[in-house]
Formats: sequence, C-alpha cells, structure tokens
Amino acid sequence: MPIGVKTLFSPGHTACAGCGQAIGARLVLDTAGPNTIIANNTGCLEVFSTKFPETAWGVPWIHSLFENAAAVASGIEAALKYLGIKDKINVIAQAGDGGTADIGLQALSGMLERGHDILYVCYDNEAYMNTGIQRSGLTPFESNTTTSPPGKESLGNPRPKKPMPEIAAAHGIPYVATASVGYPQDLQKKVKKALSIKGPKYLQVHVPCPLGWRHLSNLTFDIAKLAVECGLYPLVEIENGKLSQVRKLVKIKPVEEYLKPQGRFKHIMSLPEQIKAVQQIADNNIEHYGLKS
Amino acid sequence: MGFRMEAKKIYHNIGIAKPESSKANKTGSWRVEAKPKFLQKNCIACKMCVFICPEGCITGEGKNTFICDYDYCKGCGNCAVICPKKDIEMIKE
Repeated sequence: MPIGVKTLFSPGHTACAGCGQAIGARLVLDTAGPNTIIANNTGCLEVFSTKFPETAWGVPWIHSLFENAAAVASGIEAALKYLGIKDKINVIAQAGDGGTADIGLQALSGMLERGHDILYVCYDNEAYMNTGIQRSGLTPFESNTTTSPPGKESLGNPRPKKPMPEIAAAHGIPYVATASVGYPQDLQKKVKKALSIKGPKYLQVHVPCPLGWRHLSNLTFDIAKLAVECGLYPLVEIENGKLSQVRKLVKIKPVEEYLKPQGRFKHIMSLPEQIKAVQQIADNNIEHYGLKS
Repeated sequence: MGFRMEAKKIYHNIGIAKPESSKANKTGSWRVEAKPKFLQKNCIACKMCVFICPEGCITGEGKNTFICDYDYCKGCGNCAVICPKKDIEMIKE
C-alpha cells in the first residue's frame, strides 16, 4: 500500500493526541497490506481502535481476551492452512507490553514453540497504559508508575526491563527483531522482512505514550529516537537464535537527554547516582550488542 | 427497514463492526490550542509527516501537495516538529 495515499488503519480512532502506538499500528498494517488477519490482545490498542460499534481497522480483526491473541492467531493460521490459502494471507497477532511480557507470555511461548506461521507484534509502551499506568514486566528501571511510585522507600520501578527479544529468540524461531517508531522506514523494512519468512516471528516496537510517560504530545518521535540513540533501546535483528544485524550508533548520546523530557523520570533528575545507574544499563546494551560504529 | 436493518441488528448483537467505521468520529474537535498549517513552499516530499501522523490523516504524493484532514487532526504537533524544511507550522485555532 503506497504510504500517503490510503491507510488501512483509518482515522477517527480515540487514541490520545501524539499516541505512539497508533503510529506503530498503522505502519505495521500498511506494510502488511490488505491480505491480513489480525488477532489482538486486550490493551490500549484494542480499546482505542474499536470503540463499539465502530472499528478503525480495514482488515479482519478479532479480539478475544487479554492473554490469548497468540492462541487465537494460531487457530486462524491452522484454519487457513487447512483451507490451503495460508500463503496468500498474513496472520498478525498483536498486543501491548503487558499482554506480551506478563499476561500473554504463556500463549506466546506456545505459539512460538509450535511453529505457527504468524508475526507477533508487541507494542512496547512500557506499562499498562490502558488501565492507568501500572508497572509491567517491560517497564524500565526507575520509571515512575502508579504501582511503583517514588518516595522515601523507593525510587520507582526497582527492576530492569524483561529481555523479551532474547526470551523469544531462545525458542529458536527464525526471526526476532526490535524496532521503534522513531525509525519508521526501519520498522517497515522489518515487517516486510518478517512477513517474507515462514514460521513464527516476534517483533517488538518501542512506542512512546505521552500520557503515561508524561511528555509533550509533539515529542513522540523525538523521544523514540533518543531512546535508540542513547543505547537504552537497541534496534537488533536475531535470526535463528543468532544476532544478525544491529543498528550502529554514530554518536551516542547521554541518557539524560532521553530522561529529561519525560515526567516519569523527573524524580531521578536531581540524583546523579541514579542517572549513573541508568547510564550503566545503556552502556551494558552498547557493549552486549556492539552498537558502537 | 428490510435486509440492511436486519443485518445491522445482527452485527450489533454478535459484536461485529463495519470496517473503517471509526471515520464517523470527527476527532478534530479534540484540538484545543493549535492546528498544523501546511505552507507548501519548501516541501521535499520526504513523507515523514505522513509516517509519523498518529491519525493517518495527512495525505499527498508529490512536493508541496501534502494536506491534513482537520476533521480528524487532534493537533498533537508531531508533523511540525519532524518536518526537516520547517514547512509545517502550528497556528492558533
């Protein structure tokens, strides 16, 4: 589908102004094209795109429960295979980070292990935004959420992000990738590549949330880009369990630049020790994935 | 009445919605402060505004042809920030 002419994810959905997830969903669907069936977990994306009795999707789309988009998609794929038309149709299962890393992990793991020909897309906005910013398994270190508030006893979320791409790759699946809405062309390229591969695929897309991250609505793109540029969100591709490609960083930025515009990290901006701890995570990523060019 | 109404009733009962029916929500009324103005002077057709619009309401193909559908634009301002030629500016409603 040529971009800028027509979109399959139509306007009129009820996402907040500047929603990163809406950008991600549109880019993924427009790249996949009209021959696509989508199974969706519960989450922000499901709620804002399908305000009953309306829907923003221009393709067949089903929502069942919070945890089972991967299982529903597995059933769809098996049915298409039985009818002998799987080669013509892409099946996409998609969810937010809570529906992927916490609640839907079991169904996702089953889908990856059984080897269904499905692309699983996780829109990672780093907390349960739909229900009011509760901490999830993919919430970053020291982020302020309603269930990990900073105060005398704590400095926000005490645990680092769950390494979901590695967990998915450990299943030995053909394609695992991370992408970001800060790099739209890169995201489209990865979706295209994933859909050209047979077997289970996992794609994790970093999507800023102006409401939950407490940044200005016009900074969605900049913040997504900064997360990649400082090394906190490495863009990698893992094929058959082996790291095949990483996006090299020409100029590595300090994490302060990424943390500063966001209200969820406001409490650590006056604590240099804590910023150092976040910088350490970025440095570890840079070393682990070899992001330095 | 007739078949169409009947079909509509069944659709509602089992929870099926018509594709792209969300276009009935004119979310343009959400804008509070500013709206983007496409100057159409220095546009190089990089399409970054189209990529980044959360509503998907920006359309256009060649240079200086891009426009935004104010029926749906929520005024987030991402297009104005991203434009490399500063060809989009936010103006007061």
